[in-house]
Amino acid sequence: MDGYDKLVPTPTPETQPYWDGLREGRLRLQRCADCGKVRHYPRPVCDACWSMNMEWMDAAGQGTVHSWTITHYAFHPGFKGDLPYILLTVDLPEGVRMNARARGIAASELHIGLQVKVAFDPVKDDLTLPVFEAA
Amino acid sequence: MSLHEAGAITGIGETKYLRGTDRTALSFQLEASLNAIRDAGLKPSDIDGLIPYGHGAVAEDFITNFGINDLRFSATTPMGGASAVAAIQCALAVIHAGICKHVLISLGRTGYSGGRIGTRVQQMPQFKVIGEFEMPLGAIAPAQLYAPMARRHMELYGTTSRQLAEIAVTTRYHASLQANATMKSPITIEDHQSSRMISDPLRLLDCSLESDGGAAVVISAPDRARDLAKRPIMVMGLAEGHPDSPSAITQRPDLTTLGLAKAAPKAFAMAGITQADIDVAEVYDCFTYIVMCQLEDLGFCKKGEGGAFVQDGALGLNGRLPVNTHGGLLSQAHMAGMNHIVELARQLRGDADAQVPDAEIGLVTGYGDMGDGALAIMRRA
Repeated sequence: MDGYDKLVPTPTPETQPYWDGLREGRLRLQRCADCGKVRHYPRPVCDACWSMNMEWMDAAGQGTVHSWTITHYAFHPGFKGDLPYILLTVDLPEGVRMNARARGIAASELHIGLQVKVAFDPVKDDLTLPVFEAA
Repeated sequence: MSLHEAGAITGIGETKYLRGTDRTALSFQLEASLNAIRDAGLKPSDIDGLIPYGHGAVAEDFITNFGINDLRFSATTPMGGASAVAAIQCALAVIHAGICKHVLISLGRTGYSGGRIGTRVQQMPQFKVIGEFEMPLGAIAPAQLYAPMARRHMELYGTTSRQLAEIAVTTRYHASLQANATMKSPITIEDHQSSRMISDPLRLLDCSLESDGGAAVVISAPDRARDLAKRPIMVMGLAEGHPDSPSAITQRPDLTTLGLAKAAPKAFAMAGITQADIDVAEVYDCFTYIVMCQLEDLGFCKKGEGGAFVQDGALGLNGRLPVNTHGGLLSQAHMAGMNHIVELARQLRGDADAQVPDAEIGLVTGYGDMGDGALAIMRRA
């Protein structure tokens, strides 16, 4: 045990490259190898052309705030020490969205359209989480 | 071929709703079921179809406890809080197909005394994607996952927390009129505004309860319904609807539109009525915001106008659309919407604790994680 008491992902063979990417400081997205549609979260089939051929690409790391919440109650004891924290829903220029915590952004700055960039937070040896900082 | 009037609610049953028990969810579910079956004037062994809520008793429990020797159909409709209303569509389909005569839809839970929501959702299959990609970030419970939908609605349309408070206040008042409700002390908008923030913009009084108890209904074939103990409540139209990106709200093209928006036009068309014909609406209320959003998706007002629609007591017994006349999940008890179906039947029978005068036609919705919807429109027969 490493003393990390928060929820951790259980990657599958299909999603492991995403988590490996974060550990290497890369935000990786799946792209259909046939029609080129980018998708997130990782999954086996392209919903545009139903191809099962895919490749991993590196996202540019830029984003725009689509919505957010500031959470004041921990629904799991591991997150109590972080309260309050900001969870951002962010549009990526690649055409998908993602959730991540805000780092160094004040609640008063939040608005739809706020420009952010992805950063990487190595929370334990084998787990790095994405975060967003002001661009 | 349509399910229009292909079945009727013939029996309704509830247990006492509680916050604290040493009983099992199974015993609540069976007690509520027995109450619904007796209400219909049936024997437990007359039940030939079962659609229990997806997390609880299984068909085998009913066969064993009720001595059913010829069960002809069982299924679950795993749509979270939309399960109960979606189960009505399933029941009508198997009745219409001639498979069953009397289908029991039931739920029992120990949401207060057993596993709480933050723990429960980690075990639910519809939370699998969220479990890998969002829960590790600290986005765990529905309040945290839905708050960005409410925030987006506020930013785009100017919706306010005080408008959401109107829903909480009206619903609590309705609960205060019930014999069987767990939260009966009236609240004000100021009480709502000073309740603690859970996940901004959702405050404590925007959130539903955790409850112990059970609720059930019997759906019968129309030709049998006429001969039973109570006035049947006919199902005029119904549908389920699944939102885009149903397992991850984050990826949904429009955060402010739910699966119900796809179901509503189908159900109203099947019923052959319009929104103006609805006398009473029991609308799934896991959060105040979800009620407002569903009223838009049901077509009672345009997208973005829900905040204004719910203002000034509009959802009260004498308002333009009486909503959640039993006190809902916010104030009666969280029975995952089974209690909403029970209440709609009571209203249309004319014997509700907080009766809407002359209620002839009403609707009930279900809403399930992460946005599944179901809708049934009914009339008194």
